[in-house]
Amino acid sequence: MKDTFTMDCPQPRLLDETHQGVIGTGMDRPDGPQKVSGTAPYTADNPTEGVAHGALVRATVTRGRVAGIDRASIANLPGVIDVITDPRMTRNPAQGMAGEAPVQPGDAVHYHGQPIALVVAETFEAARDAAQRLKVTYTTENAAVTPENGEHEVGEPDAAGDFQRAFDSAEVQLDREYTTPSQVSAAMEPHAAIAEWKGNEVTLRAAQQMVRFNKAELADTLGIDESQVRILSPFVGGGFGSKLGLGPEAAAACIASQKLGRPVRVVMPRQTVFDCVLRRSETKQRVRLGATKDGRLTAISHDDQVSNLDGEGFAEPTSQASQFLYGADGLSFTQTVARIAATPAGSVRAPGEAVGMLAFESAVDELAQELGMDPLELRLKNIPATHPLDGRPYSVRRLADCLTGGAERFGWKDRAVKREGDWLVGMGMASAARSNMLVKSAARVRLTGDRAVVETDMTDIGTGTYAILAQITAEMLGLPPAQVEVRLGDSDLPGASGSGGSFGANSAGSATFLAAKDLRGQIAERLGCAVDDLTLQDGRARGANREVALSELVEAELTAEATIEAGETAETHFSSGFGAHFAEVAVNEWTGEVRVRRMLGVMAMGRILNEKTARSQAIGGMVWGIGGALTEEMVNDSRDGHVVTRDLANYHVAAHADVPRDMQVVFLEERDDWANPIQTKGIGELGISGAGAAVLNAIAHATGVRIYDFPATPDKVIAALEAKG
Amino acid sequence: MRPFDYSRADSAKDVAGAQIIAGGTNLLDLMKIQVMTPEKLVDITRLSELTGISAEGDRLRIGALVTNSALAADARVRAGWPLLSRAILAGASVQIRNKATTGGNLLQRTRCPYFYDTSQVCNKRNPGEGCAAQGGTGRMLALYGTSEHCLAAHPSDMATAMAALQAEVEVMRASGDTVRIPLRDFYRGPGDRPDIETVLEDGDLITAVILPAPRAGARQVYRKVRDRASYAFALVSVAASVEMEGDTITRAQLAYGSIAPHPWKNHEVAEMLQGQTASDALFHRAAEALTREEAPHPDTEYKRPLLRRTLIAALRQATGLGDTAGTDTVRTPA
Ligand SMILES: Cc1cc2nc3c(=O)[nH]c(=O)nc-3n(C[C@H](O)[C@H](O)[C@H](O)COP(=O)(O)OP(=O)(O)OC[C@H]3O[C@@H](n4cnc5c(N)ncnc54)[C@H](O)[C@@H]3O)c2cc1C
Ligand code: SF4
Repeated sequence: MKDTFTMDCPQPRLLDETHQGVIGTGMDRPDGPQKVSGTAPYTADNPTEGVAHGALVRATVTRGRVAGIDRASIANLPGVIDVITDPRMTRNPAQGMAGEAPVQPGDAVHYHGQPIALVVAETFEAARDAAQRLKVTYTTENAAVTPENGEHEVGEPDAAGDFQRAFDSAEVQLDREYTTPSQVSAAMEPHAAIAEWKGNEVTLRAAQQMVRFNKAELADTLGIDESQVRILSPFVGGGFGSKLGLGPEAAAACIASQKLGRPVRVVMPRQTVFDCVLRRSETKQRVRLGATKDGRLTAISHDDQVSNLDGEGFAEPTSQASQFLYGADGLSFTQTVARIAATPAGSVRAPGEAVGMLAFESAVDELAQELGMDPLELRLKNIPATHPLDGRPYSVRRLADCLTGGAERFGWKDRAVKREGDWLVGMGMASAARSNMLVKSAARVRLTGDRAVVETDMTDIGTGTYAILAQITAEMLGLPPAQVEVRLGDSDLPGASGSGGSFGANSAGSATFLAAKDLRGQIAERLGCAVDDLTLQDGRARGANREVALSELVEAELTAEATIEAGETAETHFSSGFGAHFAEVAVNEWTGEVRVRRMLGVMAMGRILNEKTARSQAIGGMVWGIGGALTEEMVNDSRDGHVVTRDLANYHVAAHADVPRDMQVVFLEERDDWANPIQTKGIGELGISGAGAAVLNAIAHATGVRIYDFPATPDKVIAALEAKG
Repeated sequence: MRPFDYSRADSAKDVAGAQIIAGGTNLLDLMKIQVMTPEKLVDITRLSELTGISAEGDRLRIGALVTNSALAADARVRAGWPLLSRAILAGASVQIRNKATTGGNLLQRTRCPYFYDTSQVCNKRNPGEGCAAQGGTGRMLALYGTSEHCLAAHPSDMATAMAALQAEVEVMRASGDTVRIPLRDFYRGPGDRPDIETVLEDGDLITAVILPAPRAGARQVYRKVRDRASYAFALVSVAASVEMEGDTITRAQLAYGSIAPHPWKNHEVAEMLQGQTASDALFHRAAEALTREEAPHPDTEYKRPLLRRTLIAALRQATGLGDTAGTDTVRTPA
């Protein structure tokens, strides 16, 4: 093992000098054919001999204790094996990167829908039936289930300058309140786990995003050593935050398997995913902006109220992007957390920006309207020189280029409200921003002849990790990518960041890069040349006037492992992806239906490793943007807090027909030297951040009315139209 | 899912005492979450007399097993009753429509979320137990025709179109007799037994739906408003078949979907339009008349303005007052 590399200063742009020419290309995913032909084994697909099936039992009271479980009520059902309750069972998934057990509530019930036991049976159907029929008695307590009634914890403001004074004396003021409902990740693959013990060691196949952390969470949950735990997560059917932390299905499968002495599989039905997987909090947001008449922002405040269950440390970082997008003389951001008895809240795709920017960028748009100014100009005019709160310089920021370049491509300056029959057509735009991170990661690269293997516990949750790690390695070692095998999602492999916060490619990619770089040194040594003189291409090594095939040069395996972590550059510079979203929408003036006609996202997000997977990520993000603006809404009952929208027929993610055919993404060339040694930034979440606001601003442009309570469903649009008269 | 006996019907007589399964797109979902727990299923999909679309003079007989996709695509339907094609295509998804049948679609259950959640009380699941939707959340509930025992709406687009077209449901009784029931008499209001949704009894089998002769020159519109562009149930829908002489409306056949426990009709509104010159003022008056009563649940109050506006839009479209070009245009042949 090598020492850990810390990112303390910019590194040479080696990937711009290597010769294989695969980095950045839109290479197909090596795992693609398996996935589209249904042969990639997702967790629940793994045949396991002798497996028993578990179904989680759902608490049907909001708060209290389980007083009794009547095992006899299901004992006679054919195929039922056992009802498992155990003090090690968990209340909800761990928060992302917790690295320790989530709350283990014993017999306490903290929210309606909490898993309280596991019924195990010979078939999935029998387990599900028995879980539903099991008679459970409770003692109950009162609990607040709505944010208004919950206890409020008001945080300390993040602030710079004197906001209040700046706002009070501003020539133009805007003060608006916005609300967004709870949302869910809605990953296609429901949560699933298969556990099997051998002696005192457990192997867990699970759908997880962050294996290194999940291993620690599982060991802590079970009260065993990490060395006794192996987690396998090679294929994950989408995460969007919902599989960051170890879930209750995984803990329950391990506990039941240990008790029964046979493998146990637990797959959550979709309703259970809604009940007990971390949601995104609803938000109540107040944005206050002050400006001079000519459009210089003087005061910015974005306060928010979110909710979570008692004891959960996570709070939706609603104002994250508002804190660094624009500058002002006074800025202030205060968060309030309401404690409620409902499914706990956690990270859901682009926590913070996804809902915060809906409000903030709507407010900026409305301010431009009040000022009689082009919203593009207002944004361009207020790009700050340094981070408005802490004064750090930005690493690299092409926000202005994204805004102006996007405006030109989209035909922004010709925008005028058009009428097409009953449809009003307008355009909107918004800035995009999503802060960028580097998380400690390790990877190993092994080279034998002209074939390489990459090994890391990093995951591919449908994003393209298999492709980009193969490309980085192929580029560095001068190999065709088909000669690089990538092994992921096994906790026995070097521990990476996992997939979350859009930092996976940066972090695991950098570790892979460093390991491959180490191998380049070893190859140069063999060839007898300085590493700077080494050229690797198409399986051949050149240097010191020699050219040798790697198959000859590297007969015995060469190995290198590397670990990277954030260092001084994270303190000295502020790194974030930036972009601009544009949308054209049609609003039916009678029915309030909104149809997105076309969308454009122009983004500067560091080096693009794979043009195709990056584009897919960006488009996917923009689709979620449409969902946030127009359709997505998780509803909880205001009496007992239970989840009312418990399936994908009631929880509306954007469907194909909601997504315009004309959906364009443009990447601006960029290298972030301060971010990591491969000069990349996070991608997926930037696509979401601001995209929905562009849609909402287009509605305002088309109709002249604004919606402040999202999503903008037809009922709200017609209410606004009727109010206008 | 509970274990059940499964048999295949060889004749229409075999359906007594068992739950009929056709496409299964609604029933199986309900069985998985155990909202419906039949002990016996009888599969009718091999009954050849229930398949096919055939002419009966000027009328059209649609076999109960005709899939939603096949019905919507049928050239005769598209020419004579385009409203029906439009309505079907506005529902569910291609995959579901390929499997869903005409009979099953008529009998699909409500989408009230409390009905789907067995931890909640529901008179439709267990009569007399209570109705959790009252005092709860209820954006998809009905506006009219409810009872104090149940506020749920019927979500079918197809049935709404058929109601406007004045279709009849052909039913074979356990006795072997065949009866034809006008669609408006086929559904029952919830009363104190919201679990009983139609006039069907055990052993009854829907064999067909009969469409009356097409109305020459009728302009047909199906206007469905939903929370997303496809694959969502209607918030409200309007099915309209309007006949005109010059600017005068000679006949208006209208039905409204997702606002009542069954496709909703309002004769006063239809009569208001008849013999009148098409105008925005007229349509506004008709829409006011349609939505006079308050909603039984605060969450569906929005359906009144939405229905009002949707009716006006549909009538404007059907009478040529509105230029409907643009996204979602529904142009019906004259
Ligand atoms: C996700 C989703 C979205 C949907 N969206 C829409 C929508 O937007 N609009 C819409 O209108 N519909 C929608 N549907 C409902 C769909 O139209 C129905 O599920 C379908 O039409 C039912 O037909 P089936 O043949 O599958 O019925 P089944 O599920 O087989 O049966 C439904 C009921 O009808 C009974 N039955 C069936 N055939 C007969 C017969 N011949 N005689 C007597 N009883 C019979 C069965 O016993 C059962 O009670 C949606 C469904 C799903 C799952
Ligand atoms: S409205 Fe009807 S279906 Fe819904 S909970 Fe009440 S009784 Fe049940």
